[in-house]
Order: sequence, then structure tokens, then C-alpha cells
Amino acid sequence: MALIELSAIERVFTLGDSEVHALAALDLIIEAGEYVAVMGASGSGKSTLLNLLGLLDSPNAGCYRLEGRDVTTLTADEQAQVRRERIGFVFQSFHLVPRLTAAENVALPMMLAGVPEQDRAQRVAKALKDFGLTERADHRPDQLSGGQRQRVAIARATIMRPAVILADEPTGNLDRATGDEVIRLLEELNAGGVTLVVVTHDAAIGARARRRVLMEDGHKVRDES
Amino acid sequence: MRNADLLRFAAGAASGYPLRTSLMILAMSIGVAAVVVLTALGDGARRYVVNEFSSLGANLVIVLPGRSGTGGFNPANAITNTTRDLTVGDAKALLRAPAVLRTAPITIGTSEATFSGKLRDVTVVGTTSDYITIRRMAVAQGRFLPDDAAQATSVAVLGAKIREELFGAEPAIGQMIRLGDRRFRVVGVLAQSGQGLGMNADEIVVIPVAAAQAMFNTNTLFRILVEARNRPALEEARQQTLDSIKLRHGNEEDVTVITQDAVLATFDRILSVLTLGVGGIAGISLAVAGILVMNVMLVAVTQRTGEIGLMKALGAPAATIRNAFLAEAVLLSISGAFFGYLIGEAGAFILRSLYPTLPAFPPNWAIIAAVGTSVSTGLLFGVMPARRAARLDPVLALSKR
Repeated sequence: MALIELSAIERVFTLGDSEVHALAALDLIIEAGEYVAVMGASGSGKSTLLNLLGLLDSPNAGCYRLEGRDVTTLTADEQAQVRRERIGFVFQSFHLVPRLTAAENVALPMMLAGVPEQDRAQRVAKALKDFGLTERADHRPDQLSGGQRQRVAIARATIMRPAVILADEPTGNLDRATGDEVIRLLEELNAGGVTLVVVTHDAAIGARARRRVLMEDGHKVRDES
Repeated sequence: MRNADLLRFAAGAASGYPLRTSLMILAMSIGVAAVVVLTALGDGARRYVVNEFSSLGANLVIVLPGRSGTGGFNPANAITNTTRDLTVGDAKALLRAPAVLRTAPITIGTSEATFSGKLRDVTVVGTTSDYITIRRMAVAQGRFLPDDAAQATSVAVLGAKIREELFGAEPAIGQMIRLGDRRFRVVGVLAQSGQGLGMNADEIVVIPVAAAQAMFNTNTLFRILVEARNRPALEEARQQTLDSIKLRHGNEEDVTVITQDAVLATFDRILSVLTLGVGGIAGISLAVAGILVMNVMLVAVTQRTGEIGLMKALGAPAATIRNAFLAEAVLLSISGAFFGYLIGEAGAFILRSLYPTLPAFPPNWAIIAAVGTSVSTGLLFGVMPARRAARLDPVLALSKR
């Protein structure tokens, strides 16, 4: 059973009186543990694809099976539960809550999931240690460097031990060296068994993935390993 | 999300924007403080007036012989329709009613008072020792009637003006005066008081009720004064007085019972309505504060759109996001109400220090209403922004920064 199974996915946006096919007749199968880079120019539909994979958006037609379960028909709250437990997000602009410390930001998904406080503290401490952020635990995002912020975001994405991590241009706001470090971190997680989907327009980062999906005008134009 | 976490998250969100939060709390607390201070003022004025009145004997019930009012035809009337007179026995019997504290029978008549050749027409009041307490009068010299004054003892207490006219600068206590054809020893002089109950208390001579009845050759009373235990028991006392006399008078309601409380009740009502009105005007500021809560929360939703998107991506259901924003609105309102209450109490305290005679305490109902209104406006006006936050599209919310 594939982890992600998209078949005949359509996503249409209406802009004024014209319809834009952000995704058209898309079939995609991603096995558990894969490392996939979704590439393409801006407007090619790669971000829409990622939002769809992350259940932030729903297709107009087609079927999306996550771990064998049709998730397009779930209610909003059931989709929220799937996001909480199976999906981790890493964003280009980090999306840390500015008034919370690094530790609190990492703990946020567990707080939303209702994990008791003692367990939270333990798991956060371990995650911060794994990502080399122990000294930064009580710092707020504006006291952290870009690389540190993205590490906090990755710690947050992995704290619930999701099946898949969806990274949307994770290095877009970072310099080359820091970006490489973040990508290495994600690759380490992938080596540990987590499925990794990275959306990027950076060919160098795409080249590191074991599989590249190239998008153009909402269509998958190339899928190479 | 656990409730404790939800509250902590909301409190953190509120304190994350200190200026906005403190302005919001200030607005809410001004509303609550206004209600507390203004109702304290209104209720203080009401209590002040009521107190002033009760010092004039507001717990007074007056029994008059005879029925005033129109009666219809009644078979009993056809046979007998005699009104029985009030007697000293009636006055004594009234003391057994639980709401009655003390009674004083009154017999009244006019006579001539003479002392060493001076002669004056006086109003003679025959009563008992409790009369002075019920009427809240005071004795200037000597003492009032002895406690067993129902007996026909020949003692008299003079009104201030009578004493002055009969005795001038001479001492009056211990002197014998003549009232009609009887001689009385002066045992006391009343302090000057003035008009009350249609009788000038400075121009009376008070003697024991039995002596007065003997003097005027009657065994009836002009009035019975009844003092209720306290103001709330007044109506009870009135009813018990009526019942008790009716029972003694062959089950016929042949007396009229009135209270001096009627005027007071009107004042009480007017001032209560005034307090309510003033409180209501102050309440408008609470409604304004409620709209401010909505405004502030709408701004908060806009400000934190990215955060809401993130929460959704992290798997927060719509209800959690709605509750977080609602909790924040309610927390702001509660702290506003708390500070407002403190400010209001402080204001009332200052009022009391400035005007010690004015008992400016905010009534409990006003405090409960003010705090309740502020919290419920917070909740009410928080719903719309909270729902807006919960309904945000996660993709759009995340793309905003």
C-alpha cells in the first residue's frame, strides 16, 4: 500500500470569469520513506499540490488516499486530526508564533493534540537536544537566526512523529550554507524513515532528491528517479 | 486542546500585545467603575433620605377609631353597625402582636392650665411612658411619665412653650399646676421639637392616660400609636394591628390603620428608579466597551492571520481556534470588570470620605449586573471575531505574513 495515492486530481480556481486549472488530471503515487522533490516554475501548481497533500486544500475532483484511506471525504475536524497526527509542515517563512519561546513553539502541536504537560516537556527537551537548540529553548523567534528558526520549525514538524513531512521552499529565506544545513537535517529525518516531500524551484536542491516530479501548468510533465 | 492550555494560550496572546490589551481593559474598567460609583451615589442618596425619615418615626402605625372608606350593603350592617371605641385594653393587647415593639394610647382634650394666677388653654395628651420613645421626643428637664402611668397618677410633663409661658425663668419641676379642676405635679419638661403629626408638641401637657380619661369623663381613646419592630416589619405590624383589633371588636373592622411610611415609600421608589436610571446610563459605557472588545478582537484576528493558518496546519480544529479567541475576549472583559470594580469601590470610598453623611455604598445588584454585563458583552462581542478566525481558509491565512 502506497503512503500517498493521488488519482485524477483536479483543482480549479476561479479568477473573475476565467477558470485556472492549478492541477489537472494528476496521478501521483508516493511510497512510504521516499524522498521526493516537486519542482517547477512559480504558477506551475507545485504549491497547490503541497497544500492538497497537506489537507489544507481539497481537490475539485479525483481521489486522494493517505495510508489507504480516502481523505477527501473526511470532515474538516477529521482532516485536522489527520494533519495533527500524520503530517508535518515546514514553511518557507518558518511560521513561528512570535510571542512563544522556541520550546513553546515546538510544543504547540502537542498542546493542540492535548498531550499532558509532563510528556510535552520531556519530548520538547529531547527534540531541542536533537536539533542542537537546547541553549536556545527560552529564546523567542526574533532572538534566533534564520537557520535556528527553521530548525525550530522542523523540530515542531517532527514532534508528533508524522508519517510525512511537507516542506515548502524550506531554504527560500536562508543563505546557501544555512539552507544546505537545513536540507541535510531533513534528509537525516528521511533516512530515519519519514517520507519527505520538498517543493522547490532550486535545481541544486531538487538534484539531491532521489525522485523529482516536474510540474508545468498544473500537469506532471516529468517524474524521474 | 486542554482547557488549562487554552486559557494559558489565550492569556499569552492577550499579554503579547500589552498596549492593545491595557487600553481594552481600561475601557471596560471605566464602564464598570461608572456603574459602581453612580449606583453607589444614587443608592446612597436613597438611604440618606430613608434614614432622615425614619428618625422622624417612620416605623409608626397609627390606629384611628372608625372606618374610613365606603362599605357596601352587608347583612351584618343591617342588624348592627356600631363602631366600638378604642380602649386602653386594645393598646395593651396590641403588644402581643409579634411585629409590634411598643404602643402608646392617646386621649386628647383641651383644658385650662393655671399656675400662680396665670392661665392658658392647653392641649392635654393622656398617654403612657412609651409615648416619648415612639415619637422620638426628648426630655429637657426632669423625666417623662413613670412606667406605671396607666394609673391615674397626678403627674404632668409640660411642653417647652407651656413651661416658658407659665413659669418663665422659675423652675417648673416639682411645682403643682392645675388642669381644669385637678392638680398635677410637674415632673418633666419636653425638649423643643416642633410640628409633627398635626400637633405642636411644644404646646401640650402630657399626663397619664387614666388621669386624662377621668378628666374628660371618657373611657375611649383618640389614637393608638404603634411602633413596628423595624422598617421591613411595618406592613406586618399594620396587618397584625388590624387583625388584633378586629378580633377584639367582635370581628368587625371598625378602625382605620395608617402608616407614616406611605410618603417614605414614594421617596424610596423615586430614588430607586433614579439609581436604576443612573446605573443604566453608566451601563451604556459597558455596551460601548463591548463594541470595543469586538473591534480589538477583529484587529487581533487580522494581526494573527498567519498564526491562525499555522494552527490549522498543525491540526487545530475550528472549534479550538474559536474557543481560543473567545477565551481571550472573556479574559480581557473579566480583568476589565475586576479593575473596574476596584476603581468603583475606591470612588465610592472617596465619596464617603468627602460626604460622611452620605452612605454611598454600591448596591449588590449593581455590582453583579455590572460585572455580569461586562463579561457577557465580552463573550457576545467576542463571538463574531472568533468565528471569523475559525473560518479562515488555511491556505490564504498561511500565505499572509
